[in-house]
Amino acid sequence: MSQQTYKAQVYVTLRPSVLDPAGTAVASGLQQLGYTGVEDVRIGKYIQLTLTTDSEEKAREQVHQMCDQLLANPVIEDYSFDLEQLATIVGG
Amino acid sequence: MKFGVVVFPGSNCDRDVAYVTADILGQPTRLVWHQETEITDLDVIVIPGGFSYGDYLRCGAIAQFSPIMKAVKEHATKGKFVLGICNGFQVLTEVGLLDGALIRNRDLHFICDRVFLRVENSQLTWTNNYQEKSVITLPIAHGEGRYFADADTLKSLEDHGQILFRYCNFKGEITEESNPNGSLKNIAGITNKKGNVLGMMPHPERASDDVLGASDGLKLFQGLLKGTIAV
Repeated sequence: MSQQTYKAQVYVTLRPSVLDPAGTAVASGLQQLGYTGVEDVRIGKYIQLTLTTDSEEKAREQVHQMCDQLLANPVIEDYSFDLEQLATIVGG
Repeated sequence: MKFGVVVFPGSNCDRDVAYVTADILGQPTRLVWHQETEITDLDVIVIPGGFSYGDYLRCGAIAQFSPIMKAVKEHATKGKFVLGICNGFQVLTEVGLLDGALIRNRDLHFICDRVFLRVENSQLTWTNNYQEKSVITLPIAHGEGRYFADADTLKSLEDHGQILFRYCNFKGEITEESNPNGSLKNIAGITNKKGNVLGMMPHPERASDDVLGASDGLKLFQGLLKGTIAV
């Protein structure tokens, strides 16, 4: 069965209803720099991981599970991710 | 009453708790390494403050999968006492034993201070040594202690008397100025519905010995000695 390696890029952000003090501080910093058009800044987390599975579907399912279990806390955070195929390993 | 204090890689208030339960209260106490799975001998399990697993990802997020936590969940399900202090509170929310989450302080600072707290419910074993609505002083030391939960959860906590401590001023008034970290509804400590699981950001173990100049926390531990089970 062939195995594929994927790179997952996971983005975790605070849910819109949660106050983001770091984002607010950065927004005011940008405004002080003269970027007065900046209305809102939200700061999140970027997590990059590689994983090997036998299908893209499985990779997707696993990354969803990882996000639900550990990478994001659904009480305060939302997540999204991109998946990119890196290599195909053909083996017995 | 036998106490156990969980030790994660990064726990740093474990010995302070054990000092209170073993040396001040004179109760049998053992430190429980996070890889242990057997705690049926214990009556009270304490998850102390510190930085479990370096607090990488989110405070308490990685600790929730330590082997000991399965046993802690069973312990809680049986109605036995679980106390989470500071990082321990964060772990208990991550693991789902308590509602809500703890997020970055409103002003982004790490706060190390003494604060006033109002005892909101003295009907539970944890607080039966305090007068209802009495104002106590406990130390806090945290960077992510802002309590957050959605509106329905907050209402449910309120309706079921699960909010045990609120940040207040010296007169016991719940004001915005007396809220050190921006916690919703000034919440400093909550229990589960049954009342046997308590999570709180302030450190009662750091205010349990007169030598330290503050002993308002001791009553919480003494309350446990009177209680058999919370429910």
